[in-house]
Amino acid sequence: MTDPIETPTDTPRRGFFVAAIYGLGAFISAALGGTAGAYLLIPPRSSKKKLAWTPVGELSRAPLGKPYEFVFQKIRVDGWKVTKEKATAWVLKKSETEVVAYAPQCTHLGCAYHWEDGSNTFVCPCHTSAFSIEGKVLSGPAPRALDTYEVKLDGGKILVSGIRQSEQA
Amino acid sequence: MIQGIIDWLEERTGLPTMLHHALYEDIPWSAGWHQVMGAVALFCFMTQAFTGIMLAMNYAPTATEAHSSLKYILTELTGGQLMRGLHHWGASMMVIVVVLHMIQVFVWGAYKRPREATWMVGVVLLLVTTVFGLTGYLLPWDNRAYWGTVVTTQIAGQAPGAGPYLQQLMGASNGVGALTFTRFYSVHVMILPVLTTLLIMLHVLLVRKHGVTPAADDNKPKKKFFPQQVFKDTMAVFIAFVILFGLAVVAKVPLGRIADPTDTAYIPRPEWYFLFLFQTLKFFEGPLEIVGSLILPNLAIVVLFLVPFIDRGPALRVAKRTYAIAVVAVVALGWSALTYAAWRTSPTNAGDEISLEAVEPWQELAPDQLAGIAVFRMEGCVECHGAGKKPFKTDKEIDWVIDHVKDKHKGPSPDGQLRLLSSFSKRVNDTTLANMNAAGQLAVEGAVLYQMNQCGACHEVNGVGMKTGPKLNGVIVRRTAEWLTGHFENPQKYSHGTPMPKYDFTSNQLERMMAYLASLPE
Repeated sequence: MTDPIETPTDTPRRGFFVAAIYGLGAFISAALGGTAGAYLLIPPRSSKKKLAWTPVGELSRAPLGKPYEFVFQKIRVDGWKVTKEKATAWVLKKSETEVVAYAPQCTHLGCAYHWEDGSNTFVCPCHTSAFSIEGKVLSGPAPRALDTYEVKLDGGKILVSGIRQSEQA
Repeated sequence: MIQGIIDWLEERTGLPTMLHHALYEDIPWSAGWHQVMGAVALFCFMTQAFTGIMLAMNYAPTATEAHSSLKYILTELTGGQLMRGLHHWGASMMVIVVVLHMIQVFVWGAYKRPREATWMVGVVLLLVTTVFGLTGYLLPWDNRAYWGTVVTTQIAGQAPGAGPYLQQLMGASNGVGALTFTRFYSVHVMILPVLTTLLIMLHVLLVRKHGVTPAADDNKPKKKFFPQQVFKDTMAVFIAFVILFGLAVVAKVPLGRIADPTDTAYIPRPEWYFLFLFQTLKFFEGPLEIVGSLILPNLAIVVLFLVPFIDRGPALRVAKRTYAIAVVAVVALGWSALTYAAWRTSPTNAGDEISLEAVEPWQELAPDQLAGIAVFRMEGCVECHGAGKKPFKTDKEIDWVIDHVKDKHKGPSPDGQLRLLSSFSKRVNDTTLANMNAAGQLAVEGAVLYQMNQCGACHEVNGVGMKTGPKLNGVIVRRTAEWLTGHFENPQKYSHGTPMPKYDFTSNQLERMMAYLASLPE
């Protein structure tokens, strides 16, 4: 449907006016939008700081060759708020000097998985992904092996830092 | 393709025709640059809404967290200072633009019949703008915000009859606190934006109904709103935006220390556009105070509201409206004089601003100076010495200082601790005072422990001390808290063969020591 509205005939400066209106409008929108984009999307400065090592527990508590769930306190920084929260790590003691600490979330959709003694696998209750003791995907929809904490041993204590995403499969 | 979409929209919504009618509205031949301020005011409001929403995305609207979340916006986020600058200066700009808009309408006599209602809605919008300013002033929750609002709520409380109810409404019958904060916040972000939007719609509707006011002698044929007048409006909006953005980039808006109801040194002042009211108040004392605080301002509002009914003469050319121009000149002169007088006597509140750097200056002080701050606080020296109080005698030797403190205060510190004042008392000036205010209490007490145990005999912090042991800047990141506390109790267990002696700190002392170590810049 077209409406018979008369449009004024073009004057010589009309083109300039219209261009200026759009141009200046676009400039203002870009300046405000750009500021807002940077403000919302660029991570806060402190997030680039390296995470401190957090003690998880005594290495002696973990049995050799079998995953053991450690519950520990870690510092969480949320914007302006620094809080302590509970966290877990599935620690596999391979020897007295070598440990792996799996992050406690399934790599599919983040559910908390657990170790099943009978089948010797990590099983996720949500969509039945299963992982081997090495963290590799055995079955289910999980896209990649279990993620691990950066981990180190210090005088019989297990310390963890950030979570490293595992490679594909 | 595009024509197809336009046709579809036309048939379903009629929007293209509506837009066309809006843009190709008839306006008088005499319309021009003097009528751009309304558009600029609308732009200011939209910008305030946008930057306000952006700030709210990272702002915790409670009295406990407002200050720290704003500090996070300013120090941690890219564009955070810019965003707050836009909102802060935008508020001032909005007041200026709304007043300029009103002055234009007043001088041209555009409030005359049949446009009385347009003018009255405009006056309400001016009031709403000031309430925006008043409520937004509290939201940073720093000393400036807190003490400014204390005065505002006290004035409201003086209102005969309504006072207690007004204070109840403001959540301030028990003094300014968490409830006041929440009330002001919800008024600022929920009630006022909706109210302003509705009033602007009504205002614009009335402008459309009666048409843009023509000059008194304008008999020429009408012209169209688009594109010539829209270009003028856009140009004015653009100039306003450049000024606003420039201010936000160049003029940093400070954040004061967190609101402290026990701070007796802070001298509050209202925002600049309310300074004239503040100054007016000084002319009325005792029982007459209410004249300056409530009666005169409210009378002014009523007069402003009734302007179209006071001046009912026929429309005149602007050059012949000498009476109106004289009124504006007198009011502007009076306003300027009052504002200047108030501004001249405004104190600077030295040392109230907090540092927006990642590392605050006090964190970089040598341990002996930081320990000096602790003793200074502990002995209550600030009761007599501080910004605008008794000057320090920086030429005195430490023995004189110790005698002086013992003489005046008989405070809790033993001589050994008082000696910590030595390096501090000789360097006190406005900067060290600012540092003193900002420094964390646990950290400064930790610095006292650090000095009393002569840690500096082996360790270096902030470039001061010996290098026998490891430098302690950044140790909090290199070691876990557990390692550090264990290391004080049993150094050999944690690093074999270390010459570090054992320290039997109590858990209180350990907490302070750790706070001090954590405060050191990496």
